[in-house]
Amino acid sequence: MLASLAPVLGAGAAAKAGLLTPNGAAQARETPNQAALAKAAANAHDHGGGDHPGFREGATVDHGANGFDPTGILRDFDHGRTKRLASGRVLREWELVALDKRIEVAPGVRFDAWTYNGRIPGPTLRCNEGEKLRIKFGNGSAHPHTVHFHGIHPASMDGVPGIGPGVIPPGKTVTYEFDAEPFGLHLYHCHALPLADHIAKGMYGAFIIDPKKRRPQADELIMVMNGFDTDFDRENEFYAVNSIPFAHMHEPVKVKRDELVRIYLVNVLEHDLINSMHIHGNFFHYYPTGTSLEPAEFTDTIMQCQGQRGILEVRFPYTGRYMFHAHQSEFAQLGWMGFFEVTD
Amino acid sequence: MEARGAVERTGGGGDTRRLPAWLLGLIPLALIAVAIAVFAAFDGPGLRQRTGPPVEDIAFERTVLKPGKIELTLRNDGPDAVRISQVTVNDSFAQFTSSDPDSKIGRLGSERIDISYPWVEGEAYAISLVTSTGAAIDHDIPVAVETPNTDLGFYGLMALLGFYVGIIPITLGMLWLPFVRRVHERTIRLLIALTIGLLGFLAIDATLEGLDVASKGSQAFGGPTLVFLGGIVSYLILTAVNAHFAARGERERTGGAAGGQLALLVAIAIGLHNLGEGLAIGSAYAVGALALGAFLVIGFALHNTTEGLAIVAPVAKHPPSIRRLVFLGVVAGAPAILGAWIGASAFNSSLAAFLLGAGAGAIVQVIQQLVPSIRDRSGVVLQPLSVAGILIGFAILYATSLLVSI
Repeated sequence: MLASLAPVLGAGAAAKAGLLTPNGAAQARETPNQAALAKAAANAHDHGGGDHPGFREGATVDHGANGFDPTGILRDFDHGRTKRLASGRVLREWELVALDKRIEVAPGVRFDAWTYNGRIPGPTLRCNEGEKLRIKFGNGSAHPHTVHFHGIHPASMDGVPGIGPGVIPPGKTVTYEFDAEPFGLHLYHCHALPLADHIAKGMYGAFIIDPKKRRPQADELIMVMNGFDTDFDRENEFYAVNSIPFAHMHEPVKVKRDELVRIYLVNVLEHDLINSMHIHGNFFHYYPTGTSLEPAEFTDTIMQCQGQRGILEVRFPYTGRYMFHAHQSEFAQLGWMGFFEVTD
Repeated sequence: MEARGAVERTGGGGDTRRLPAWLLGLIPLALIAVAIAVFAAFDGPGLRQRTGPPVEDIAFERTVLKPGKIELTLRNDGPDAVRISQVTVNDSFAQFTSSDPDSKIGRLGSERIDISYPWVEGEAYAISLVTSTGAAIDHDIPVAVETPNTDLGFYGLMALLGFYVGIIPITLGMLWLPFVRRVHERTIRLLIALTIGLLGFLAIDATLEGLDVASKGSQAFGGPTLVFLGGIVSYLILTAVNAHFAARGERERTGGAAGGQLALLVAIAIGLHNLGEGLAIGSAYAVGALALGAFLVIGFALHNTTEGLAIVAPVAKHPPSIRRLVFLGVVAGAPAILGAWIGASAFNSSLAAFLLGAGAGAIVQVIQQLVPSIRDRSGVVLQPLSVAGILIGFAILYATSLLVSI
């Protein structure tokens, strides 16, 4: 009887009706739960809303026109170009260009974004502890920008207004140079004023310094938690990891059973105080800021304020689809949710 | 010929005399067209394209709540076309379909979107439409209640209301015929003054309700202006109809027409008036102002009983047959049913505002018709007796409205 009712009832009604109680209840006389269930079945009607929150049926973002794909960004690490200096140290170089670009942030919704290299988040810069880093930044945008790296470096290389090269006007270039330290998961973002606008419009990216003692082999993913305030009311209309809301609801993140999955998770979300990530059906080891090789916590939900980041290490013991999302339900319903698809 | 003579006198120029009058009338219009053409030729600012980002302005004309579904009828109130790309309900993206998914809503254009959402009765919902430019247009449902179906049963209800408002009270009012022939004249004046008080309260209430509806809906068609336009239009039309029948009635009387004929004319005029009453009731129901609808029903029913009085007055000396009396009652009352149907199917908030205004205008017109009958023998309208009657009328509806609105 329970099975036959299930398709008729919406999830809410099923919960209210006590469908989630054990099945072992005596069948002979009607228990209060069964009475409630029968009543709910009698009143059942179309509750609407579909299975999950999501965009209108059939509408998709044109990733080709955007020039980047959230699934592609997941495993796209930019190691730059390297050469060995006379001293024996490795010099690693990247080029970043600020570009104004109209991006389809949700099906049918276009946003005039500011980007590094035409994508949001910008390229995930990856290097090794102790290397010498050189980042050539050109401003191809109509607005002044900087690149401010999190890490240990001299004040003149901090990429903030009024110090060192300061704000880089349109058409100008600058080269930031510093050592890769400390190891861990960091980020870079524009620090021109107004700061909130420059971040909210898309000028940020992840910056990974790998430790000398290598982390174990794993399937590595980069997830930058962000959002878009498309109507400029200081509140986000859209939430996501790697910019496109609900992207991994339609195109789940494919991982292998029992394989170690390492997620580099960065929160750059503007306008909201905190962000979070929760993985269904599993627990993970959490390494705050990735600056230690020993995990700080074994959990299934972690919280980050803007600029905070950390590394999650997880193994899925079962195959199937597992949700991951912000545990601020509002963010989840507004786009920050997706699936892992675990296969053998 | 007169027009040309006027031109000769004021124009003074010899040339205009040879031109026909219609051409002289067109000259200013032609000059305006030339001026606009010159403006366009020099690419006058703002003529072809506005500067600045698009202005997206959407009015919510109608919200219908069905189980698991929220249906919104939108009207583009702004200067630019708008495309609705996504919809959120209480900070959650929701599935929806639109009546015209592939095109933008043009200026003054309309579109219906059906949102699939498990809403719960009695709770509040904030809907946000995200346009293609990322703008968010918000719409609040303060208390979610299932919208009554406009099916056969609804129209049946409207017919029943029209029947109760129009036919029954008028027919009952006609039963006052024997009473009126005996009662003291002062008592009749008091009753009519009381009716004026009731109607005055209803006129104010209908106007405020109309302004409220107008302010919530599309402003592109005039917004609150429509309430006053509706009032003036219905007032003037009913006045003209009354004047027409009064003039005919005068001719009939001088020509020795029977009182029965005059009674029919009064019944037809009252019927026209009741069409407006039906519109007011139906539109009040359609926009969900159920309390006002109920009050209009009570108010109009009370008032229409006195209309029965007006119909039978001319035939007091030669009482017609019962069948004839029923026929007069139907002629005067049945249009209320038709009005209720039209009013209830007028879902457009602009039209609803216009119709609520029309109802108020009709009430004012009837008050004007009733005023002469509360004059005392010296011709004073606002003597203590009639003022008392009006104030009692106000007090009755004010008190009952307090009871209902809580």
